[in-house]
Amino acid sequence: MEATASVPVFPIDRPASAFKRWQQWLLYSRVFWAWVFLAPTLITLVLVAGRPLLGTFYLSFTDAELLTLDDSVTWVGFKNYAAILSDPDWWVALRNTLVFSFLSVVLETLLGLGIALVLNEEFRGRSFLRAAVLVPWAIPTVISAKMWTWMYNDMYGVINAGFMALGLTSEPVAWLSSPSTAMFALVMVDVWKTTPFMALLILAGLQLIPKDVYEAAKLDSGSPFRIFFKITLPLIQPTIAIAVIFRALDALRVFDLFYVLIGSKVDTGTVTIYARQRLMEFQEFGVGSAASVLIFLFIGSFTLLYLWAVRPQRDEA
Amino acid sequence: MKVQLFRFFLFFVSVGFFLLGQPTANAAELTISCGSNGLERQICQSGIDAWSKKTGVPVKVFSSPNDSNDRLALYQQLLGAKSADIDIYQIDVVWPGILAKHLLDFETQVSAKEVSEHIKGAIANNRVDKRLVALPWFTDGGVLYYRADLLKKYGLSVPSTWEEMGSVAKVIMDKERASGATDTWGYVYQGRAYEGLTCNALEWVASFGGGSVVEPDGKVSINNPKALKAIDLIASWTGSIVPPGTLSYSEEEARGAFQTGKAVFMRNWPYAWALLNSEGSTVKGKVGMAPLPSGEKKGPRAATLGGWSLAVSAYSKAPKEAVDLVRYLTSAEEQKRRAIEGSFNPTRFALYDNKEVLAKNPLFKDLKAVFLNAVPRPAGKTGAKYNRVSADFWNAVHQALSGTEKAGPSLKRLEEKLTSYSNGGNW
Amino acid sequence: MKWVGKIAFYFLVTLIVFYAVFPFYWAVVTSLKNGADLFKVEWIPTSPTLVNYRSILTTDSFLQSVLNSVLVAGATSLFALLIAILSSYSLSRVRFRGRSLVLLTILSVSMFPQIAVLSGMFELIRWLGLYNTLSGLTFCYMALVLPFTVWVMRGFMKSIPKELEEAAILDGCGPTRIVFQVFFPLMKPALATTGLLAFIAAWNEFLFALTFTLSSDKRTVPVAIAMLSGGSQFELPWGNIMAASVIVTLPLIGLVLIFQKHIVSGLTSGAVKG
Repeated sequence: MEATASVPVFPIDRPASAFKRWQQWLLYSRVFWAWVFLAPTLITLVLVAGRPLLGTFYLSFTDAELLTLDDSVTWVGFKNYAAILSDPDWWVALRNTLVFSFLSVVLETLLGLGIALVLNEEFRGRSFLRAAVLVPWAIPTVISAKMWTWMYNDMYGVINAGFMALGLTSEPVAWLSSPSTAMFALVMVDVWKTTPFMALLILAGLQLIPKDVYEAAKLDSGSPFRIFFKITLPLIQPTIAIAVIFRALDALRVFDLFYVLIGSKVDTGTVTIYARQRLMEFQEFGVGSAASVLIFLFIGSFTLLYLWAVRPQRDEA
Repeated sequence: MKVQLFRFFLFFVSVGFFLLGQPTANAAELTISCGSNGLERQICQSGIDAWSKKTGVPVKVFSSPNDSNDRLALYQQLLGAKSADIDIYQIDVVWPGILAKHLLDFETQVSAKEVSEHIKGAIANNRVDKRLVALPWFTDGGVLYYRADLLKKYGLSVPSTWEEMGSVAKVIMDKERASGATDTWGYVYQGRAYEGLTCNALEWVASFGGGSVVEPDGKVSINNPKALKAIDLIASWTGSIVPPGTLSYSEEEARGAFQTGKAVFMRNWPYAWALLNSEGSTVKGKVGMAPLPSGEKKGPRAATLGGWSLAVSAYSKAPKEAVDLVRYLTSAEEQKRRAIEGSFNPTRFALYDNKEVLAKNPLFKDLKAVFLNAVPRPAGKTGAKYNRVSADFWNAVHQALSGTEKAGPSLKRLEEKLTSYSNGGNW
Repeated sequence: MKWVGKIAFYFLVTLIVFYAVFPFYWAVVTSLKNGADLFKVEWIPTSPTLVNYRSILTTDSFLQSVLNSVLVAGATSLFALLIAILSSYSLSRVRFRGRSLVLLTILSVSMFPQIAVLSGMFELIRWLGLYNTLSGLTFCYMALVLPFTVWVMRGFMKSIPKELEEAAILDGCGPTRIVFQVFFPLMKPALATTGLLAFIAAWNEFLFALTFTLSSDKRTVPVAIAMLSGGSQFELPWGNIMAASVIVTLPLIGLVLIFQKHIVSGLTSGAVKG
C-alpha cells in the first residue's frame, strides 16, 4: 500500500488542460512545502550539531590538546587514525561493543515485543502494568547504574543474597570482577533499563493496527500464533525496524553503564569509553576526535547495512 | 497565510523563551569551586563568610560534582575556554601538571616562610616548572585499618611487613571461618580499575623499594625486580585472602565490607575512621589504624599522598582578591578550624602538635608521620600525560591482580608503553 | 482450559512487573535506611527512617532542580514534537529528490558519541550567550531528541492511508491544515509515546546538563544528584542518593499515569471509511 499521496486522477468536470495545470501546481506546491516544513529541523540540527561535528572532523586530523586549542594546533594528517587502528585496546573495545550491542538489542527486542503484546490486551491492572514497565526508563542512568553496582556487590549485594536464598548459587559471585560474568551482568542491566523504550514504541505500532483486521483474522484462522506471525508481525515490522535502529545506535555508543559499573578497564571497555578517555582524561583532543569519527563511520556503515537489509519491506522513493 | 502567522508565533515563543533564560549580570565578585554539597561545602562556606565579612568582597560558591573525573572534565572545559566564571579552583593532588598553564603563580605572592610551613611533599607536588600553581589546603594518605579485637583474640600483633600481614590475615580468616563466620576474608582494598588502584599499587611498589613508576628525573622505573615482587605478592592473594569482588571495589565498597565485619584488614583513607566508629557500625570500637606495612623488615612505609589544594585561574577578573582569599583559607587559623570542625587533615605540619587539634583528633599523632612521608604520584614530572600514565599503570596492575596476565610480562609491556610516549624522559 | 491460559498470562505479567520494579523497590527500601544499615541486606527495612528524605528536601536547590528538569524536559519534548511532526510529514507523504539523503543526515547526528560534540557545543552556547540558561540546555537537547522523534513520527505517518490525504487535498486543504487537522488527531498515540520518550531522554541527560550550567539554581536533577556528597570526598551518602532518586522518579510515573489513555487509544476503523 503506497503511503505517499498520489495526485488524484479521477474525472472531474473541468477542461483537461486546466486540470493538468492544477496537477502540476499541486506537485510543485507539495515539494515546496515539504522543504519549508523540513527547515526548522534542518536549521536546528545544523546549528546545534553541525558546527561541533565539523570541528570534530577537523580536529581529528590535528594534534590538538584540550588546553592548548587556541595556540598550537598542527595538521598531522591520518596519524591519529593510524595510531588508533594499530592500538590493540581499540580492537578489544570494538569487540566488546559489538558483543554487548548484539546481546542487548536482541534481548530487548524480544522482551519488548512480548511486553507490548501483553500491554495490547485488555485486562485488569493494565494501567498499573503500563506504569510499572516504564519505571526503569524513568530513573536517570547514572543513578540506576550505581544502584546496580551495589546490587551486584559480592558482600552485601541483594542479587547474591537472592540467588543464594533461592539455591541458585552456593557462594557469592563477584559479578563485576571477572570479564565473563561482567558482560552478562551489564547486558542484564541494559535490558532492564531500555526494554521499556522498545516496548513503548512497539506498542504504539500495535495500536495502529485497526481492530477489524484482527476480527477478520480471528474468523479466518483462529490460532493466536498464526495471527501473530501472518498478520501482526508483518504489520508492525516497520515499527520494530525503527526501534531496533535507534536502540542499536544507543547500544553502540554506550558509555555510562560501563563507566559506572566497571570503570576504565581495558579488557571490558567500549569504543566510547576509549574515545572519552582520550578526550577528557588524556586531553588528547586530536586522537579523541579521530576515535569519535571512527565510531561514527563504524556505526554509520552498520546502519546503512541494516537499512539496506530491511529495504524490501519498506517502499522508498 | 495561516502558515505565516504560525511561523511568527513560533518565532516569538522561541525568542521569549530565549530572553527568559538570560542570566542576570553580576557585579564584581569572586566565585570559588570548593566541593560538592555536604560537609565539605558547609565548612568551606563558613570560612568564606568570615573572609567576606572582613574584606567586604562577596563570594559565590560553585558546587562541583562529587566524582573527581567529572570535576576535572568540567574544569578543563572552563579553563580551555578561558572562562572567567570561576576564580578559585579546588584541585586534586594530581592535577597541577595538567592545569598548570591556566593557573596563577603563587611563588611571587607568598613569602618563603609561609611556604615552608606546609608539608614539603605537598608543596613540591604543586610546583610545576618552578611555578607554585596552588597552595595546599588539606592532605590525605593511605592507612591500614585492622580489627583490633580479632588480633587480640588470636594473640597476634599488628603486622609490620606485607608478608606478615598476609599470613596473619590467613590465620585469622581460617580460624574465623572454622568457627562459623564463613563470609570472613583477610584483606580488602581498592582494586577497581581507576585512580584509587594506582594509589594502592604505588604503595605496594614503593614500600618494597621499587620506585614510583616514573622517577622525579623522568625515567620509567616500574619494570624492576622489587616492584615485581610487590605486585606478585598482592596478586597471589586474590581469591585466597582477598575476595575476588575486591577487583571492582572503590573506597566505599571496601569500607562497606570492612564495616560489616567481613574483613580483617583494610586499606583506605583516614575518612573511614569516623564512619567505622559511628552508631550502628558492626565494628564500632573494635578497629585500629596503623601505617601501611613495609616490604622488608624495617623498610620504608609508603602511603600515597592525597589531598586537595586551592589554585587561582589565570583568567580571573579579580586575581588580587582571589589570591588573598586563597591565602586566608590555607592559613593556620583556618586550617586549624577545619581540622577541629571537620577533621580535614591540615597541610601545615605544626598543627599536628597543636593541643586543641589533637584533643578533637587524637589520631593525628599517628597520622603525622604518615603525611610527612607520603609518596606523591608521578604527576608533577609527567605533567599533562599523568592521566595516561596512571591509566596504563592501573590497567597493568589490574591484569596481574585478576590473573589475566602474569605480573612480569605485564610490567615489561607497561615499561615499553610508558617509554614510547615519555618523550625521552622529558614528558 | 481457558483458565490455564489466563493463569499463565498473569504469571507472565507478574514476572515482568517484578523484573521492572524490583530495583525501584530496592531503592525505596534503601532510602529508608541510614548509616551502617545500608550495608545490610534486608528485604523489608527493620528500622525505617525518613531522615534521608528530610535531608534531601532541605538541601538547597534540590527542589529547584526538579522544577528545572520539568521545564527543560517539557520544553524539549514540546518543541521536538512540533518540529518533528512537520518534518515527518515531508519525509513520509511527499516525494522529492534528496529525501533519502535528508533522512540519513538526520539519522547521522545520532551516530556520534555525545562527547564528540561537547566541546563544540560548549563554544556555541557561550557564543550565543546561552551559557548557564535553561533555554540553552533545551536548545542542545534538540540534537539528541530530534533524530528519533522525526524518524518515529515518520514511521507512524506512513501507515495512515493515502485516501484521507487525497480527500483533504480535494477539499482544498493546504499542507498546514492537512498536517494539523487531518494527521494530528490520528497520531495522538504516536505523539504521546514519542513525547514521553523525548521527555525522559531530556530528563535523564547528564553530560550536557553538567557542562552547560554553572549556578545551582540552573541545575537539573541528574546533576543535582551527582552533587550529593557526605562528610568527605570519598563518602557516598547512599541513603540520600536513593531518596533523591525516589523523589525524582515519582513525578515521571505520575506523568505516565496521566498520559496513559493517549498512549493506548487505538485507531478505530471509522476514520478510514468516514
